Amino acid sequence: MRKTRIPGRVLTILAFVFLYMPIVVLVVYSFNSGKSRSIWTGFTLDWYKQLLSNRMILNSLWITLLVSVIAALVATVAGTFSAVGLFNLKKRVRAVLLGINQIPVINADIITGVSMMILFVSARSVLGFKLGFGTLLIAHITFNIPYVILSVMPKLYQLDNNLFEAAQDLGATWIQAFYKVILPEIRPGIVNGLLIAFTMSIDDFVISYFTAGNSTQTLSMTIYAMTRRRISPEINAISTLMFAVVLTLLLVVNVRQMRESAKRLP
Amino acid sequence: MKRIRRLTYEVVRRALAVPYVVWMGLFVVAPLIMVVVYAFTASDGAFTLGNFEHAAAYAQVFGRSLLLALVATLICLVIGYPLAYALSKEGARLRKVVMMLIMLPMWMNFLLRTYAWMSLLENTGLLNSFFKNIGLIDLVNLIRGWVSPSSEPLEFFPMINTQFAVVLGMVYNYLPFMVLPIYSVIIKIEPSVIEAAQDLGADGRRVFSRVVFPLSLPGVLSGVTMTFVPSVSTFVINRLLGGSKSMLLGDLIEMQFLGSAYNPQLGSAISLIMMVLILVLMQVMNTFGGGDEEASLL
Repeated sequence: MRKTRIPGRVLTILAFVFLYMPIVVLVVYSFNSGKSRSIWTGFTLDWYKQLLSNRMILNSLWITLLVSVIAALVATVAGTFSAVGLFNLKKRVRAVLLGINQIPVINADIITGVSMMILFVSARSVLGFKLGFGTLLIAHITFNIPYVILSVMPKLYQLDNNLFEAAQDLGATWIQAFYKVILPEIRPGIVNGLLIAFTMSIDDFVISYFTAGNSTQTLSMTIYAMTRRRISPEINAISTLMFAVVLTLLLVVNVRQMRESAKRLP
Repeated sequence: MKRIRRLTYEVVRRALAVPYVVWMGLFVVAPLIMVVVYAFTASDGAFTLGNFEHAAAYAQVFGRSLLLALVATLICLVIGYPLAYALSKEGARLRKVVMMLIMLPMWMNFLLRTYAWMSLLENTGLLNSFFKNIGLIDLVNLIRGWVSPSSEPLEFFPMINTQFAVVLGMVYNYLPFMVLPIYSVIIKIEPSVIEAAQDLGADGRRVFSRVVFPLSLPGVLSGVTMTFVPSVSTFVINRLLGGSKSMLLGDLIEMQFLGSAYNPQLGSAISLIMMVLILVLMQVMNTFGGGDEEASLL
């Protein structure tokens, strides 16, 4: 069985060339002095300077961060309590509700987007609100909650049923038992859900595009508008910065994990 | 006192699900119902089947979208399966690093990743200059000259704004969605199962075709769904890399809601047909793949 690994490794390397070639190009050309996307004319940091004084970009970055943080936090709290509630329901009811929970995960983004847009636009004539930050936030919370539930649920199944009873027998009220016993046990699932929700929100374009209206723009929407209008190396500069931030975050998380697992080993 | 407390607990722990049920009803189920209602409504609010007749005029768009998405999904599978399989044979540490590197591009904004391909695929872009420098374009011209002497020599390979570019964009963006579920299923296959097959006399190929591949099918199904659904419904990739030269389903829907052709009723009808098509395809796949529901939902 232990045959040569070379074909597999060649394939992996080719896949990496394919996956990273565009990213390398983006990063390299963010330092290009000319406006061209493919002809190198010299090194500059001008695009980064322009980026930092670009009101539209900074504004949309702010909107993106705001909506992602609020939506992820709300979805995490709501999702955690909902998961506990669902877990306590009868099996059949739970199965149906978890099925509905899957809809935003499986459904095409564009359908989630337009269906909510129809709802919001119809509600506008009845309730009198416009597409904007509020509807954007509702949309993000809605597509985030399922991911939180999906990552908390398995932790609830792993939970020892007796723990909760034991805590109560030892004199804890059920609220205390929940906060002191259940919550710490399911915490990894909650943190995981929070991270997934935050990433989903940051990265979303399609659903935001349909639910944010004309006046509110997320970073993705601004980038989309820029790619449609003109070619500007400022786009390369944003991508480089975003990639650098993500890379640093991942490295920090991984180094921390490695240190922790190293500590556990004697 | 204790009994009352017990009772409130019993009520509360179930009631925790209520806000969620209401929320999902309002913002997941109700919008989908409205899509269905809109699909059967004329602009004056009367019941009609006209939207579907109208949608039928776009049969070609449906065909093209399905075809491009199927091709992209197939390419992802052909690249992604061997990749996931090869990876599962490596040591634990390398596996972890490689898997992270495969997921890393996913953390970069989807639009930016697609935009990056524009500079590579342009007529005067980096790939074309590369092909020119290594003499590939001259070689192709030479061969074309032999095959049909009357053909014009190429200055560059036309890649941007073609269906090739659209499929490439789909494969690029969704390949990790194929690799990840397949990998996570293969990695969980018990080594003892493979050893048992070997002890019973199966050679490498038979072990793969009789044991590993059938056991990895749930991952394949999940990967196929996760690449096909976004591929068939995208409008961004076609807009950026295909130049929207030939319309896809995503473009058609987007146009009805935010574009020039404002017609949400028609847009809803098209969305509804697309949803049904996706559901039918998933159902067919699940039937052929052994119907492992849990895995298809990952």
